Amino acid sequence: MTPSRTLDDIVATIGVAHDERAPLRIRGAGSKDFYGGMLAGDVLDVGGYRGIVAYEPTELYITARCGTPLAEIDAALAEKGQMLAFEPPHFGSATAGSSGATVGGCVAAGLAGPRRQQAGSVRDFVLGVKLVDGTGQVLDFGGQVMKNVAGYDVSRLLAGSLGTLGVLAEVTLKVLPRPLAETTLVFELDAAAAVARLNQWGGQPLPVSASFWHDGQLWLRLSGAHAAVEAARGKLGGAVAVDAEKHWISVREQTHPAFAGQPLWRLALPSTAPDAGLDGLRAIEWGGAQRWYAGELAAVRGAAARLGGHAVLYRAPESLRCREGAFAPLAPAMLALHRRLKKTFDPRGILNPGRLYAEF
Amino acid sequence: MPTTDSAFQTDRTALAARLATILPAHCLLVDDEDLRPYECDGLTAYRALPLAVCLPENEGQVIDVLRTCHQLGVPVVARGAGTGLSGGAMPHAQGVVLSLARFNRILKVDRDSRTAIVQPGVRNLAVSEAAAPYGLYYAPDPSSQIACTLGGNVAENSGGVHCLKYGLTVHNVLRIRVVSIEGEVFEVGSEAPDAPGYDLLALVIGSEGMLGVVTEVTVKLVPKPELAQVVMASFDDVAKAGDAVAAIIAAGIIPAGLEMMDKPATAAVEPYVKAGYDLEAAAILLCEADGTPEEVAEEIARVTEVLTAAGARDIRVSQSEAERLRFWAGRKAAFPAVGRITPDYYCMDGTIPRKRLAEMLSAIAGMEKKYGLRCANVFHAGDGNLHPLIMYDAAQPGEWERAEAFGAEILELSVALGGSITGEHGVGVEKINQMCVQYATPELEAFHRIKAAFDETGLLNPGKAVPSLHRCAEYGRMHVHHGDVKFPELERF
Repeated sequence: MTPSRTLDDIVATIGVAHDERAPLRIRGAGSKDFYGGMLAGDVLDVGGYRGIVAYEPTELYITARCGTPLAEIDAALAEKGQMLAFEPPHFGSATAGSSGATVGGCVAAGLAGPRRQQAGSVRDFVLGVKLVDGTGQVLDFGGQVMKNVAGYDVSRLLAGSLGTLGVLAEVTLKVLPRPLAETTLVFELDAAAAVARLNQWGGQPLPVSASFWHDGQLWLRLSGAHAAVEAARGKLGGAVAVDAEKHWISVREQTHPAFAGQPLWRLALPSTAPDAGLDGLRAIEWGGAQRWYAGELAAVRGAAARLGGHAVLYRAPESLRCREGAFAPLAPAMLALHRRLKKTFDPRGILNPGRLYAEF
Repeated sequence: MPTTDSAFQTDRTALAARLATILPAHCLLVDDEDLRPYECDGLTAYRALPLAVCLPENEGQVIDVLRTCHQLGVPVVARGAGTGLSGGAMPHAQGVVLSLARFNRILKVDRDSRTAIVQPGVRNLAVSEAAAPYGLYYAPDPSSQIACTLGGNVAENSGGVHCLKYGLTVHNVLRIRVVSIEGEVFEVGSEAPDAPGYDLLALVIGSEGMLGVVTEVTVKLVPKPELAQVVMASFDDVAKAGDAVAAIIAAGIIPAGLEMMDKPATAAVEPYVKAGYDLEAAAILLCEADGTPEEVAEEIARVTEVLTAAGARDIRVSQSEAERLRFWAGRKAAFPAVGRITPDYYCMDGTIPRKRLAEMLSAIAGMEKKYGLRCANVFHAGDGNLHPLIMYDAAQPGEWERAEAFGAEILELSVALGGSITGEHGVGVEKINQMCVQYATPELEAFHRIKAAFDETGLLNPGKAVPSLHRCAEYGRMHVHHGDVKFPELERF
């Protein structure tokens, strides 16, 4: 199928697919083809609909078309000393032939990086979305202001919806200043001690912006005013890491060896959750709230649920993801509600069917 | 302005009899004199007497009330403390008010995970008070925080003076337990960082009681900063003050609070509070820094530098906690202070891009002449949220109608300037017509479909938040956008 370069192209393609009841698989750069459930339908390539539409540093927002590479957005923000505070992964910018994640895919997948624990998730930064729904209709939700409670908050609902409710043709994100100072400390700790320390620090006014435990080492990033970072460093001890920036990029991009095993499970848990009693713990992030396991783990979904969280089959062969489901199954009433919501935006179920759940 | 809703006709006697079988006598009000205190919320201009008020004490009773109303086809309006300013909790004349006032227990405060589990009738400030022994607090602080409840905060996605740095309710609530109109219980969000499936937590927060009734809330608690200090700067020109706000943000500073008051607002406040405001200034800014003492010192120095460069005529930094509280006292007392100089006032809640502030204030000055009413302006300058306080006298024939028209014009200008008709108060009944200006048919239809996905019979808070398309067609001030008439498919009346 011909790539869509304009909003009209996207609208027209979806309109035809709607008429023909033909499934479409929405794709920006394809950097997250590995993520979620089944890939079905003709590719609707929206990577060509790109470009920053508006960027107002003093209003703290950026509006960009879906195909805009995150790298381009990061560069524009860096020029004004600002950033996407949820630190999303770019996946694939280093590999040949791929410019890395697009902003549309970033919001649709809802994946945040190391700074999530301090700044918040992708949806916390979504201010507005221009959506092309499953009938080819263009809808504008939210806007460009920080506070807006008129109507249901559909733009935040779209974060993490994996394109099942529509094409996020244009997104507006809140941006923040980059921290004035940053430093990384390293501690030798086992996993249980690391989780205990992270929660203890979390209850204190410390400028902790990222944490990463792997193989007996806890990396802790401090970000903020010079004085705050210095004071925290004195208080916390640990060894100051060299080459810390490279380290955090490898965590964000999941090129760090901790993420190498397959199948790779992501557990989202209350930060204080005790050890899940599973083999294969690879890494702990987000102050203890995001934990990574590798291996064939039959009991993982039950263990995560018992601890008050859930498990995502994050990287695995498609056959396994289709069999197990990429995401924890929904209770029947919740599944029914999801189906009704899906229907409100995509009545014929043509957009990314099966990408979130096999049932819709 | 609400209109009479003839879609529902309830048999009052039958309803009262059914409710009496599921609620103990002290949990049910049906006599007019007992219903009177519930006829309005914080927006007193709009009133309706409900047929009954239910005050359940446990979730089982909430389920029973909702099931009963669902079976009988009776509208249900959930209510917290009734402090809302948009009429979101105004009763339905053919319906039941479901008060969550007795859900007033804090179930758990967990120091280690920095979370609290509370019932929806718990007051906002009570959460921070319960967390204080652990050095923690709940960040969103609407100005009604001593009275307003968490359930109402969730319904309205309430903000406060610190939301530029610490976020709105949606950024600080982790999980809610909801009862649907059919009486089914479901939970959205999670005490983990996310939950499987769609982000329904974001959808339900701010949904104004249209999608379900909240029975339990898990909130995030954050460490209390060691120190807070505030800079007060005065400007002889409103535009300069607006530019100073942009300059602070451009300097890479996200203050804990950044508030502006115009001259009529400081004039109303100063005799009442004696905060020490510069009464000659066209506008004053309050800019708060919080954190470690070192961090605060660093930020205060940078803010002072920026404000000086932006042309502040006077800058003062609070030298003690008492002085900081005094500087804030004026801002926090702005509404009651204005209430002292006028019989009635009408508080608006538009949001605009910060750079359009001067434009908005000069337009408001024009509207004061046009409508023959005074207006004082307080402004969450950091996030562009304006609260014009329109002064009127309800006893004078026609003044309320002029105040209402004045308010509508401010909201519609907010949309035209690239903003929103509501930043934190919600649409309720108050701004329902302006929803027709902010959104076109496809978005409104999508909102109605979302509502139906949760509440097919439309019994939860009918007539609020999202206008019907016919209502929009009837509303006289539809905006022409890009040369297109909105709602072209509808007849004009």
